[in-house]
Amino acid sequence: MKKLLYISIAAIALTSCQPEFNDPVDEQGFYSSGDADFSNFVAVGNSLTAGYADGALYLNGQQNSFPSMLAIQFKHVGGGDFTQPLVNDNFGGLLANGNQIMDNRRVIVLGTDGSQTPEILDGTPTTDISNVLEGPFNNMGVPGSKIFHLVANGYGNIANLEVGAANPYFVRMASTTDASIIEDAASQNPTFFSLWIGNNDILSYATSGGIGVDQSGNLDPTTYGENDITDPNVFAKVYNDLLTALTNGGAKGVVANIPNVTTIPYFTTVPYNAIPLDAQTAGVVNQAYAQYNGGLLQAQSFGLITAEEVAQRTIQFSAGQNAVVILDEDLTDLTGINPGLTNMRQATAEDLLPLTTSSILGTLADPNNPQSIIGVAVPLTDGQALTATEIEMVTNAQTAYNATIEALATQYDLAFVDVEALMNQLANGGISFDGGNITNTFATGGAFSLDGVHPTQRGYAVIANQIINAINEKYNATIPALNPGAYPTIFVK
Amino acid sequence: MKKLTLLAMVLLTSALTYAGGYRISLQGQKQLAMGHTGVAVINSSELVFFNPAGLTFLNEKFTVSGGANAVFANISFQNEQYGWYTEANNPVSTPFNVYAAYKINDWASVGLGIYTPYGSGVEYPTNWEGSHLINDISLQAIFIQPTLSIKINDKISIGGGPIYATGAVNFNRNIDRTTTNTEGERANVTIDKSGIGAWGYNLGLMVRPTEEFTLGINYRSEIQMDAKNGEADFQNVPSGVAPLYEGVTFNASLPLPAELTVGASYAINDKWLVAFDYNRAYWSAYEALDVIFSNGQESLNPRNYKNASTYRFGLQYKATNRFTLRGGYYFDESPVQSGYFAPETPRNDSDNFTGGFTFQLSNRFALDASFLYIHFDEVDESYDYYQENGQNVPFGGTYKNNAFVPGLGITYGF
Repeated sequence: MKKLLYISIAAIALTSCQPEFNDPVDEQGFYSSGDADFSNFVAVGNSLTAGYADGALYLNGQQNSFPSMLAIQFKHVGGGDFTQPLVNDNFGGLLANGNQIMDNRRVIVLGTDGSQTPEILDGTPTTDISNVLEGPFNNMGVPGSKIFHLVANGYGNIANLEVGAANPYFVRMASTTDASIIEDAASQNPTFFSLWIGNNDILSYATSGGIGVDQSGNLDPTTYGENDITDPNVFAKVYNDLLTALTNGGAKGVVANIPNVTTIPYFTTVPYNAIPLDAQTAGVVNQAYAQYNGGLLQAQSFGLITAEEVAQRTIQFSAGQNAVVILDEDLTDLTGINPGLTNMRQATAEDLLPLTTSSILGTLADPNNPQSIIGVAVPLTDGQALTATEIEMVTNAQTAYNATIEALATQYDLAFVDVEALMNQLANGGISFDGGNITNTFATGGAFSLDGVHPTQRGYAVIANQIINAINEKYNATIPALNPGAYPTIFVK
Repeated sequence: MKKLTLLAMVLLTSALTYAGGYRISLQGQKQLAMGHTGVAVINSSELVFFNPAGLTFLNEKFTVSGGANAVFANISFQNEQYGWYTEANNPVSTPFNVYAAYKINDWASVGLGIYTPYGSGVEYPTNWEGSHLINDISLQAIFIQPTLSIKINDKISIGGGPIYATGAVNFNRNIDRTTTNTEGERANVTIDKSGIGAWGYNLGLMVRPTEEFTLGINYRSEIQMDAKNGEADFQNVPSGVAPLYEGVTFNASLPLPAELTVGASYAINDKWLVAFDYNRAYWSAYEALDVIFSNGQESLNPRNYKNASTYRFGLQYKATNRFTLRGGYYFDESPVQSGYFAPETPRNDSDNFTGGFTFQLSNRFALDASFLYIHFDEVDESYDYYQENGQNVPFGGTYKNNAFVPGLGITYGF
């Protein structure tokens, strides 16, 4: 008995003798916070800040959101706790009073034949937005928000959902129904913040295939549709207001610019010439288009269109890969002279086809009509292709936004992260990590999740490292990096 | 006063016992207390392990010693680049031993030893940064050795015996750095096999040129532990591929390397005895830890250990008829080569300090106590042979180990 007692005492004494390093990394002071104070870090932004991936905001994605990764590293330099409005589960769908309003996440489903298909994960989500969480939250990323939404009061009011003036993700975390995102962020008196906003101000236009309107020149965002491009002056004004609010208490911070939408797999996966045909079929299709091509020449002879437009619109198939037939609203409307002369042309390498067209190209528009092959006999609609003209509008806005972001970063003396350059790198050879290389290739590239727009956790880790680099450089800090190889990419069911 | 100073010196200089790899040098309280020397020390039935030849030189007709140690081994790990810090929560392991020796006549003795010279118990926090290499491991091997010792003349004796080893292994790691099920739970595998049996032998020669001076040489053979058709339990693999991971078994082999020891002891006078041992452990037998699964998958893990030496020094001081003090030191060279520093045995060279005593309770009974402290310098090392997509992905940082090993035993003899 006595022996047992001695052994127990010895056990307690000896197990507490953990070897100590000469310079322990877990002690404050090993890494330096430099000129910044990370004790209260607040992240402001959209889905990218929230940790959205695979078409949904799900628990595991939130836990590895880039601000959450940053907060873990900030702990080495005096960072405090980092709270997030976590959803309930890993389905990721949202309910509003029991009705599902947001889809579940996408996962890879393995077929018995070895096929790998991205599908929406089946199951009933349990996150109901009517269950409002008690804040405040350090992660103020709200999926879907555009820049002007951050300053919109009532954006978290469930009553405004139906008219499109509220956001279900903000509904579940807003401090009051009248609060704005930036108010809820600024009222936390952050000592350090991240602001990454503006992506949706061009992205929704792009992913909708350009069915919205370029609102450049319209300074009233309350009149914008959901797929419109935000006016660059509105962007600049609101961005300045956001930084004013966030730096009000003397906070330092980091801002990131907007990547080029043409680098994301949502637009780079489906090629413009996605139609394989043999010579015989090409001949048959050409015959069917003979009348249209003839009508174009006729229109030219009337002086309605130029020879250049005739060449652009003339539809010609041949053996091999063929360009998809699309509708282009920017072509001259000839239906007045002949209803058959719709605004058709074949896509070029300058046009982009959204990822969503991959499941419809080559299928029948009318199941009973074998001639109604989409992309060949039936053109893709305006919303199913992003034309070169539309891309130009997007790029112009993006360029203007990024000029604003960089200029204001300088003006407010903040760390600046060039995410555009990073994404371009992913599209041009990729970025290496200790276990290989990540690229913008859909699904297998490792950088982008199954929605083709949002990064994987590994992709977010690469971005977080860029942010850490920028912070270290700007504020003379020595925050340690993350290891992207330790973070997952896509998920298999 | 002078006596006390000497005692203090013995205790202070006493050092070291534990060895590189998964060897556990804890084969007897008396000899452990003397720096785990013993190939040329005629003390007790612990000779069954240290040098079977010496049994015929024992004075007792019959003697038995038994005891156990409690191993408190600690590992700290950190990585400066990523800010990682992890402490292993190793379970306390309790290696034990029992030795008996019986003198049949003037020139022949028999003995039996049951001891645990190999083993490992390492437990990191589940899903730690190196979880693709190991979450936890438990290795056990029990050696059973019947022994015969023959005295050729007053100066030379030989001895030896077969060893039956029975072992068990339980090892868990994540299958890679990132795979999870859709709930985000890391896919992992536990391999488990017990009752692994194998044979080896232990041979010794002891020479006593004079009454005071003893020389010994001992060789213990390698024993290859082959785990066949053990259970491989995969958890949290994506449900789409789960059928491939059901009812899987594994085969794997682990060598318990051969060890050669030469040494000498010298009785300075009636009270003082010094001993030196040199061990050579043939770790180069441990080339890889390859696990072959029945579903066609395999896990190939190069180890590439090198042969390693241990230098041991021990002192014994008979303070009174009832009280004997011991101390020792040994330097233990790690068999792990740079770049092969796997976190399941993250040991570099160590300094080992030992001490202990025997207290004679009665004519026949004695209490043996020992203590071992193992000091490792911190070391920057990595394991560079984990592969992802055909590419080596090093895992490393700074490791620092220590271990505290108290032990108690009883000796009975007449």
